[in-house]
Amino acid sequence: MVGKKSGFFPVFIHAVMILLVIICLYPFAIMFMSSVASESSIVKYGYNLIPKEFGFDAYDYLLKRPMLLIRSYGVTLISTAIGTVAGLFMSIFLAYGLSLRDLPARSVLAFVVFFTMLFSGGLVPTYIMWSQWFHIKNTIWALVVPRLMVNAFQVIVMRSYFQSNIPDEIKEAARIDGANELRILFQIVLPIAKPIIATIGLMIALNYWNDWMNGLYYVTDSKLFSVQQLLNRILSDAQYLSQNNDNVELTTTIPTNSLKMALATVGSLPLILLLPFFQKYYVKGMTIGAVKG
Amino acid sequence: MGKSKKKKSSTLFRRYIPVYILMLPAVIYLLINNYLPMSGLQLAFKQYSQKLGIFGSKWVGLKNFEFLFTSKDAWNITLNTIGYNLAFIITGTIFSIFIAVLLSEVKGKRSIKLYQTVVLYPYLISIIVVAYLLNAFLAGQTGFINKMILEPLGFEGISWYASPQYWPFILVFVNLWKSSGYNIILYLSTINSIDKGYYEAAALDGASRWQQFRYITLTSLKPTIITLTLLAVGRIFYSDFGLFYQVPMNSGALIDVTNTIDTYVYRGLMELGNIGMSSAAGFFQSIVGFAFVLLANFIVKKVSAEDAMF
Repeated sequence: MVGKKSGFFPVFIHAVMILLVIICLYPFAIMFMSSVASESSIVKYGYNLIPKEFGFDAYDYLLKRPMLLIRSYGVTLISTAIGTVAGLFMSIFLAYGLSLRDLPARSVLAFVVFFTMLFSGGLVPTYIMWSQWFHIKNTIWALVVPRLMVNAFQVIVMRSYFQSNIPDEIKEAARIDGANELRILFQIVLPIAKPIIATIGLMIALNYWNDWMNGLYYVTDSKLFSVQQLLNRILSDAQYLSQNNDNVELTTTIPTNSLKMALATVGSLPLILLLPFFQKYYVKGMTIGAVKG
Repeated sequence: MGKSKKKKSSTLFRRYIPVYILMLPAVIYLLINNYLPMSGLQLAFKQYSQKLGIFGSKWVGLKNFEFLFTSKDAWNITLNTIGYNLAFIITGTIFSIFIAVLLSEVKGKRSIKLYQTVVLYPYLISIIVVAYLLNAFLAGQTGFINKMILEPLGFEGISWYASPQYWPFILVFVNLWKSSGYNIILYLSTINSIDKGYYEAAALDGASRWQQFRYITLTSLKPTIITLTLLAVGRIFYSDFGLFYQVPMNSGALIDVTNTIDTYVYRGLMELGNIGMSSAAGFFQSIVGFAFVLLANFIVKKVSAEDAMF
């Protein structure tokens, strides 16, 4: 908008933006600062931005039981890696096929994809199918398979990217030169489509990283808990840690309050640190997705 | 003519065989993960027994629905789901446009990048971490609000997780905090694509900032607002399970204001073992949800045909 340069409006904008930053980040600051507060000061004074007394009871507790986090991070990393690679390639291939204007049965296939966004069988049949028919409960596949192509929207976004960024003329020229369809896909199309592939890959990976639902539905074995599921269990069941103490020391009390915030910190740290570097790609993916294909 | 076209499609088919093979895993996956469970919708009319399975279980007609709709839960979960969604759509749209318009006035690439990153943090963090963060504020004995605000001011602390009257506001606020980032960035990119010449011309003609906002910005945002709102209306029968289950920490005292169709289906299936009612509610959600998608699309077609989904 165009208006007077000075005056009330610019000040107002800055005030609102500063307020916005505080509201968005303040909870994270409290989380981190409480994780380095001593348990006794939290019990006495509550969670606070500046702890009355620093202390590392919580991290101490975690360092003495390294397997708790190493194991769950391992589960998260493995399921994220498998799921992202498999889901991404399945989406790319499907989207590429749908982008070929002269592919026989294209409209039928496009409908098969599109309809999944409109209608679903819901949780009960899906749960019964995966657990009773495919027996994925308490396997690593429980954390991978039910989420492989969670969003048909991403396929449609990718398809419209292929259609609008890869001219048919290039493909036709390659065909005349004798390239087959696989070569066209791998040597011409995919290199051009790198930006959208990176963006969609990032979105799928984040989806897996943050996933706790599949764990909640299909995993009861604590050896297979992902980071998010571990966080979920500890929040909903305060007794969880004392029940699963490997080296039984009933005398040591668990610094419950600071430990909660330490776990939340450790659980969200990778995302917090990496977001500034990948936000550009993520924003790009969101805005491409918003453009109608 | 017909013959040559047929021949052409068969040569095309042969040419694209490798492409079909590459598409196969995804298509099979969708048929299993998204279509096969649709056959399980019949459970709503059956008395499920694990031994007999979905297809072998006994038909019971409308019994599950009778139980569901004679309980007070049916009304409660339907009203909660729709009511919260309406509140989310209205507050979310107004707040996101407000912030996006202000953000579009911020000069300097660095500050814009900073603000974009900041609003994405709540959006990208998992809802479990959100539940932890909220707990730091609302915990009865140690929470920031009780310990740092209410008690120093001489008020008594509130046991938030046992006081349902506050939760409609808390959930609307948490949803606004958590999901505005996405809409802000979409609206911002639409505003940035508006030709700056319009504003300059309007300013020359003496239009105030408010008039510029009303007649240029808001008019340009209209298609995005319509699309996002109708997508949300199409999802009005669905709720964010994490927001209504994890964020209130599954507190029994809050059930009347936090129970939605999704949490009801989950509790019936996993906690109460009441598969009948659970699948009846799920069936209700699938069918009415589908009707809302069709309705939303029908409305877009009437309002602005080019924004319709199909």
